[in-house]
Amino acid sequence: MKAPKDFWKFDKDIAGCGVFGVIDRKRNLIPGTMPIDAMCTMHDRGNGLGGGFAAYGIYPDRADDYAFHIMGDDAAALERAETYLAGLFDVHHAEPIPTRDVLTVKNPPLVRRYFLAPKAVRPQWQHMGESDYVVGAVMHVNTRIPGAFVFSSGKNMGTFKGVGYPEDIADFFRLDEYRAYMWTAHNRFPTNTPGWWGGAHPFTLLDWAIVHNGEISSYGINRRYLCEHDYECTLMTDTEVVAYLLDLMVRKHGLSKRMASWVFAPPFWDEVDRMPEEQRKAFTALRAVYGAALLNGPFAILVTDSRGMMGLNDRVKLRPLVVAEKDTMTFMSSEESSIREVCRDLDRVWAPKAGEPVIVELEA
Amino acid sequence: MADRIIIDADGMPYRELNVRIREAVAAGTQVIDLHGVRGQRFIGNAVEGDVSINILGVPGQDLGAFMRGPHIRVQGNAQDGVGNTMDGGHIVIDGMAGDVLGYAMRDGSILVRGDVGYRVGIHMKSYLDRVPVIVVGGKAGDFLGEYMAGGVIVLLGMDTGKPEAPVAGRSLGTGMHGGVIYIRGEVPEHLLGPGLALSPLDEEDGAALARHVQAYADAFGKDAAEILGASFVKVHPRSHRPYGNMYVGTN
Repeated sequence: MKAPKDFWKFDKDIAGCGVFGVIDRKRNLIPGTMPIDAMCTMHDRGNGLGGGFAAYGIYPDRADDYAFHIMGDDAAALERAETYLAGLFDVHHAEPIPTRDVLTVKNPPLVRRYFLAPKAVRPQWQHMGESDYVVGAVMHVNTRIPGAFVFSSGKNMGTFKGVGYPEDIADFFRLDEYRAYMWTAHNRFPTNTPGWWGGAHPFTLLDWAIVHNGEISSYGINRRYLCEHDYECTLMTDTEVVAYLLDLMVRKHGLSKRMASWVFAPPFWDEVDRMPEEQRKAFTALRAVYGAALLNGPFAILVTDSRGMMGLNDRVKLRPLVVAEKDTMTFMSSEESSIREVCRDLDRVWAPKAGEPVIVELEA
Repeated sequence: MADRIIIDADGMPYRELNVRIREAVAAGTQVIDLHGVRGQRFIGNAVEGDVSINILGVPGQDLGAFMRGPHIRVQGNAQDGVGNTMDGGHIVIDGMAGDVLGYAMRDGSILVRGDVGYRVGIHMKSYLDRVPVIVVGGKAGDFLGEYMAGGVIVLLGMDTGKPEAPVAGRSLGTGMHGGVIYIRGEVPEHLLGPGLALSPLDEEDGAALARHVQAYADAFGKDAAEILGASFVKVHPRSHRPYGNMYVGTN
């Protein structure tokens, strides 16, 4: 390709997604301004086509309800979703998600939140566990209700995302007014798929939330594998599969997060060959059973659920990830500078090894 | 213009910071102190001359890329892409550094007190008396010196936050066809890329190593004799032009 004629004033868009997460192991609340400031430092990693945040511990007064965040193209779409959900759940409370008008956030969808409890007498799916019942409802809305998407469905947590730079999306959703014991955040530079509201990170299901820098080349295989297990991908961004794969492997199949990370980023076969026999058998079996859940391609992901946070790189570390600790807080980020922005004095900073997760569990 | 200026970079966008640095260099400033640096990219990019730039904080990606001449010292950690295609000058990092440090470096030196990330020194090259040098006081991730065509990497494995890890990662020197990597201590053979050998150092190697270790010791107040007190091995290609016939036969 020839350089453009006006190459001397051509500004290449040098971006590559940014992720940030902070967790306080003792559940001390962290104001939304911390992840927002951290993301501002990494502003140039995105291009304004996606920003989002996940926050845990933000709905303590309704901690037993499933907090559904739904975006709708119009009032009719929201009403269709609401009518459907009211058939499956008792709606304890419903309200618009508080927003501000932000100049740079154009044509936002309508956003509402619903605090739901499964009906005592269920109209369908009576044989399912409660979590599967909720997953079934999310899948139904996202695949079969035109113009409406559930973008958050966990308890005492919520995600907020859209098209814009993260600081603009935070402004839109008034995240400076929230406090949470765990936050993740994402700055998007879409490469293969459109920058639209549902396709922004985090991707969620129940209390899972995932932010991701990279691209998942195995998306097709992962998606077909998930389809066999009744997870349907509708959001047009590769990262969606990570949320559903974790739900399948960790919640349904009982794998630990450490085991799931070996599925996502398995050791190389020559490393497996050098293992003691028992270990070699275990890794071979894991690969045989969950080969279709392997994530190929570059990634740095932050995974959160109600128990804590995990940071993980692909096995050849094609994306950056830095971890730092300060007292009861652990930070994970694409760039150390973003951590220093919100916490100048750190106890420890390190770059984790490729394919080896950093898992931080909440206490009590 | 003053011989020395201080720029408070706290919250300053990277373009503005780099314009300020270039203006100062153009005016003949000898020493530029940058305070409160947090993530600003491209500091010192393609700057020529022997100006000194002292950085307090964590500079952003591509520190000192394409530069020819300046002395940059970072009091803190550096991120990814330090010294990308660097053409001369010196970068000293009193901390650790991220991935892809010294990519396609052509001349000058980079000294890192602690650990470095993945893909350090890949595509390094040399020509006549232009021999780039990277000295790492800690440990390195995978693909150290991948596709290396020239230059010197010294890996000490001493000042590290990863005491249990091997000194280097897997695929060490994969595709290497020139230059040399000196490593202090043991190197597990399975980490080596194909077509490479581990050998003891000869006299010429010893003299070169001593020079580079002395530079490292001087930069960070360490004892060169203590560092050189342990055994070193060198990683080098088994043959001359090992990939000469890979795509088109030449002989």
